[in-house]
Amino acid sequence: MNLTLHVWRQANAAAPGRMVRYDARDVSEDMSFLEMLDVVNEKLIGEGKEPIAFEHDCREGICGSCGFMINGAAHGPQKGTTICQLHMRYFKDGEELYLEPWRATAFPVLKDLVVDRGAFDRIIAAGGFVSVRTGSAPDGNAIPVPKEAADTAMDAAACIGCGACVAACPNAAAALFTGAKISHLGMLPQGQAERSRRALRMVEQLTLEQFGSCTNIGECEAACPKQIPIEMIARMNRDHLKAAWQFRGAGKSGGGE
Amino acid sequence: MKLDSRIPSGPIEQAWDQSRFDMKLVNPANKRKFNVIVVGSGLAGGSAAASLGELGYNVKCFCFQDSPRRAHSIAAQGGINAAKNYQNDGDSIYRLFYDTVKGGDFRAREYNVYRLAQNSVNIIDQCVSQGVPFAREYGGALANRSFGGAQVSRTFYARGQTGQQLLLGAYQALEAQVAAGSVAMYTRTEMLDLVVIDGKARGIVTRNLVTGQIESHAADAVILATGGYGNVFYLSTNAKGSNCTAIWRAHKRGAAFANPCFTQIHPTCIPVSGDYQSKLTLMSESLRNDGRIWVPKQLGDKRAPGQIPEGERDYYLERRYPSFGNLVPRDVASRASKAVCDEGRGVGETGLGVYLDFADSINRLGRNAIEERYGNLFEMYNRITGEDPYTSPMRIYPAIHYTMGGLWVDYQLMSTIPGMFVLGEANFSDHGANRLGASALMQGLSDGYFVIPATLGNYLASNKLDKVDTSAPEFAATTAEVHESVRKLLSIKGKRTVSSYHRELGKIIWDYCGMARNAEGLTTAINRVQALRHEFWNNVNVPGSGEDLNQQLEIAGRVADFLELGELMCRDALNRNESCGGHFREEYQTEEGEAMRDDENFQYAAAWEYTGQDTEPLLHKEALEFKYVHPAQRSYK
Ligand SMILES: Cc1cc2nc3c(=O)[nH]c(=O)nc-3n(C[C@H](O)[C@H](O)[C@H](O)COP(=O)(O)OP(=O)(O)OC[C@H]3O[C@@H](n4cnc5c(N)ncnc54)[C@H](O)[C@@H]3O)c2cc1C
Ligand code: FES
Repeated sequence: MNLTLHVWRQANAAAPGRMVRYDARDVSEDMSFLEMLDVVNEKLIGEGKEPIAFEHDCREGICGSCGFMINGAAHGPQKGTTICQLHMRYFKDGEELYLEPWRATAFPVLKDLVVDRGAFDRIIAAGGFVSVRTGSAPDGNAIPVPKEAADTAMDAAACIGCGACVAACPNAAAALFTGAKISHLGMLPQGQAERSRRALRMVEQLTLEQFGSCTNIGECEAACPKQIPIEMIARMNRDHLKAAWQFRGAGKSGGGE
Repeated sequence: MKLDSRIPSGPIEQAWDQSRFDMKLVNPANKRKFNVIVVGSGLAGGSAAASLGELGYNVKCFCFQDSPRRAHSIAAQGGINAAKNYQNDGDSIYRLFYDTVKGGDFRAREYNVYRLAQNSVNIIDQCVSQGVPFAREYGGALANRSFGGAQVSRTFYARGQTGQQLLLGAYQALEAQVAAGSVAMYTRTEMLDLVVIDGKARGIVTRNLVTGQIESHAADAVILATGGYGNVFYLSTNAKGSNCTAIWRAHKRGAAFANPCFTQIHPTCIPVSGDYQSKLTLMSESLRNDGRIWVPKQLGDKRAPGQIPEGERDYYLERRYPSFGNLVPRDVASRASKAVCDEGRGVGETGLGVYLDFADSINRLGRNAIEERYGNLFEMYNRITGEDPYTSPMRIYPAIHYTMGGLWVDYQLMSTIPGMFVLGEANFSDHGANRLGASALMQGLSDGYFVIPATLGNYLASNKLDKVDTSAPEFAATTAEVHESVRKLLSIKGKRTVSSYHRELGKIIWDYCGMARNAEGLTTAINRVQALRHEFWNNVNVPGSGEDLNQQLEIAGRVADFLELGELMCRDALNRNESCGGHFREEYQTEEGEAMRDDENFQYAAAWEYTGQDTEPLLHKEALEFKYVHPAQRSYK
């Protein structure tokens, strides 16, 4: 099949960007979307032009590196699928595709389709962990965890941190990402000691990073390649409310240590 | 070069405890005065950086991805082994040790492996406490599954995303240390060289992958945890960015490279479908718990799998290895698949494939049970091939997956360059000539959480290290060399793309140094790799400049290193006149086609010393001793 691509080209964070048109010829159905772009890039290099920069690593839908918009949809048209796992059999001959990077103040564009998602790391650093000194843990079976709790925790923990939820959200909120981590750890007995503090600090960081606020639109859930449900956000809100009450008057971040 | 393995003496059961007691300690108040560089944020690097930061060292951690959470460990699917014996099925530390030494075809160090088996139980505890959502039984206890090469059920898992969950545990611990100020994280930063001063590793030179800036970092010790080199084959199950640059450049600075030809071909991957193919996708070994592998009995049988009656199918693993059946180790399973395809009984359009069939399990356990166990893998298969494995069998074929070889390290995980330690898949230590499934995650975490915190302290406390900063002339010299090699890559502007060289190299290595090797083929491969390397440096086209984000330049540097490492792999394979584990030399096989070891002449780790671009490397041998598990021909019959 043959396709027409319109791709966002931007030399660096400071430079202005624009859409540029490319032809993708003789695309095989069995190619992944990124393999199709590989072929386009090889051709560009041959013509002495700069290839399109896009992020990728595992190409198995698990590392969360890849991701951009295809015709306005984060990770493209197939539900529950990252771009690296999206195959060309989902497209038709002659289609025109518009490829753009994630758009969010918190995710500045670095080049072409590559954005800086460092804000996600800082949200985790704010509290998305269980503090346990290496070597100090009790036996793995010392605390039974009901299967349902482990399963729900796993549903939340499946987040790959790709940023599609932010890109899909009209407010560019990172509520699904943050809610997923708060839910994952909050479902498990191991995560209880720091539960309130975690919710307070992570939510506080969200604001610092200039993500928008969540108004429960639900586009994030629809765009999530791991189909993480929007309930995670409700859990986050509950934990955050409870924590804010618990630490009221104690100042920011749950008070001085 | 002298290889001092520093293996403790005395009974193996107490060796690690005794060593830890004998090791010198760094006074807690002094720890923050030591600067430590950790290159890599996968299971090995991430767990090391987090644990060392927590101990109070001043740590800098580097990765080339945009976040430490994206290290290739994230992609591990099946599980992690531990000798917990929660199933009461006769497991023990000794049994895990035994299985691993035997699985490695008697080419690993017994003392290292024993320590690994001991640490395995602590790893599970640590990860559970971090909130890793391992699979549970209804009673709330941890669940297990079986993996190849073992007759007990000792593999812990988190659906088909075990690596992801373990890595997120380590990553979160790492970010906690970043927040605490003990670890500085450098993402999108690639190590391009090692700085050696007075014979000791004292820093690294890096390139900022966004700005192109070449920078120096000084330290008291350097830890490399940069993963395996499977991408030398171009098509592999590794992430696209996985590379050998850090270890290869350290090798050129004096670190011995051990057993480079010990590479693992995984039996169950999705077969290649076209020339544009950029990587291969693994279907977890855990599938062999419930899937049966078969091909038609008849040559060239082109019927659809459903049309082939039971009696005309050859379940060749069950037939050849009745006691382990579909769960024989990977090297054995891969070779058996190759054999049936070579006979012309392979399936699919290319004839390079065998069936992995779940029909029996679905009939026995129900579709739901299978979905619960492997749902995400089935989905992945469906996405890639457009076929539904619930109704027709998967087609699979072996693919390169893991590299047992790596930088040589002693028992304390230190390389032949004092002050440089190597952890995880990047080192050569624990898996001998073949790694058992679910043991790489275990080794990465054992190295990072439990071994390096002890052995690094010992190094720092027992050596007087002069104060060094990046103004030392060695930093300027190394930085100049890095600048020069980047400049050179960009200046050629030849006719062929970087990936075209990578593909060609991969094909040579796969054809001659893959599942089956022989002296003639290896000699051919060495010549061809040399010629290809020569052409690369005269005709490669790396577009753009060095001053910004330039992905082609990143890949070019990595391919340049693979072009050198590929040759060393072939030399090592040519030197090893025996078959063992993943290294199968066609000249050395039993009548039934099984690997034939030569313990008299090859019971050693081959550690290669770099002597220059155009001179042959020097071989050093570390003799291996087996005091506990007696070398025998591996039998899985
Ligand atoms: C698809 C797949 C499935 C697997 N499943 C299993 C399994 O079920 N069980 C099991 O035990 N094992 C499994 N393995 C093997 C296992 O995942 C790996 O061996 C292990 O995760 C390697 O961990 P590591 O920390 O050594 O390296 P990696 O996780 O590869 O990390 C390497 C790190 O080094 C960094 N790095 C590399 N080079 C540089 C450089 N030059 N400069 C700066 N940083 C650099 C990277 O950014 C990264 O952070 C699997 C492997 C694959 C490919
Ligand atoms: S490249 Fe890893 S998720 Fe797409």
